[in-house]
Amino acid sequence: MKFRKYFFSFLILMFSFYTVSSYSMAPDVFVQSTVNRASQILSSDISKEMKIEKLKIIAEETVDINGIGFYTLGSYRKTLDEEQKEKYKNIFKNYFLKSFSSRLAEYSNPEIQVNSKEKLNEKYTIVSSTLVATKDRPEVKIEWRIYTKNPSNPLIRDLIIEGLSLARTQKEEFASILNSNDGNILVLFDALEKFISN
Amino acid sequence: MLKKLSIILITTLTLTLNVNAGTDGQLLLSKNDPSKIEDCFEGLNRATFKLNQSLDGAIFKPLAKGYRLIPSPIRSGVSNSLDNLSNLVTIPNNLLQGDFKEAGINTGRFVVNTTLGILGIFDVASGLGFTEYVKEDYGQSLGAMGVGPGCYLVLPVLGPSTTRDVVGQLSNVVGGDAWYNVTVKNDTQYFKDSDYYISRGGTGIDFRAKNLSAIDNLEKNSVDFYASVKSLYLQDRQQKIANSDIIVDTQDDSDWEEIETQ
Repeated sequence: MKFRKYFFSFLILMFSFYTVSSYSMAPDVFVQSTVNRASQILSSDISKEMKIEKLKIIAEETVDINGIGFYTLGSYRKTLDEEQKEKYKNIFKNYFLKSFSSRLAEYSNPEIQVNSKEKLNEKYTIVSSTLVATKDRPEVKIEWRIYTKNPSNPLIRDLIIEGLSLARTQKEEFASILNSNDGNILVLFDALEKFISN
Repeated sequence: MLKKLSIILITTLTLTLNVNAGTDGQLLLSKNDPSKIEDCFEGLNRATFKLNQSLDGAIFKPLAKGYRLIPSPIRSGVSNSLDNLSNLVTIPNNLLQGDFKEAGINTGRFVVNTTLGILGIFDVASGLGFTEYVKEDYGQSLGAMGVGPGCYLVLPVLGPSTTRDVVGQLSNVVGGDAWYNVTVKNDTQYFKDSDYYISRGGTGIDFRAKNLSAIDNLEKNSVDFYASVKSLYLQDRQQKIANSDIIVDTQDDSDWEEIETQ
């Protein structure tokens, strides 16, 4: 009898794990839930430092930081050896988390409405949303480029604000540093490390 | 004298830029791809950018901050009337781009807002169901006609531009902007030169005030602020020239293709 009870409990547990891991989250639901989590933190009554730490956790879970990191290197990523790639991944992650979370932390209680989604192909869906206007700033259109290769774990790869891509801006910023230093990746590492330590 | 000089400049620059009429949307996108636009005078541009940053810190940012203290309805009124004036450049450019329907809508918008909206202070046209207003300028028209952007430039005070957009801006002072014509160019008894310069300055301060925290945020979080501003400006121009949400519609996936993280 006891064995039977354990057996059923085990089955239920296995079933729950299975359904959770195989659950395919719709990209628009994923965006809305991410936005809600961030909004909750931003409107909470905690210090700015604490908000930044909590936002970093959300970013690590929902953003494809490695993917964006290699995208922003452009053709230079092909010139890196394995050791440099590992180092870059590590530096970029720290840079991204600091930059992303401190940008977001400036907003207090942003209200974002998810409006629609457009599936580009199996790997990408664009989710359209609106940052609702306040008395200090106009309404802002935000598109989210969601990487959906693994539908149970969608990830953000880009934010397109009023038609301007953040990933593309980042890529061109890094290209500018690399181009003016003969493609020396160490100069980019230095610039990113300086930013992280500031 | 200024008129002659401007015409010579426009003709020379237009001839030196790669004119190619009859381009399709894809070619327009590719021609205006920010990563392909050369920064021919980067040293000078960076120096001018620094000068502009100093001017911004000393003049424009404090003015924008002060402007933000004005009650929101008054700021909306100022912003609306400046937008209304910009129709005088948008309408001829709608026509130049062959968009006669939009030219008609914008003419109606201008008439309604100038009269019922009391010199554009109230956006009555939007309330009446007019479509969302999209500004156009001579730089965009040249781009839509297939004129390449030329080099990236940073102008003192005015900020980021391209060779083509400078030519476009010059068109305003050689008769292309009716507001300039009735204030500065012709000696009318109704308007003064200062009306034009105040409206231009007002447009700049209104833009700065609307983007106060966004620009500060960008500066604080950039490793190369100059490159970020350049990229954002050129992406914006690329999108405006194509008159569509091009980034969403056609952003090339090939750059992402080989990055597999899942």
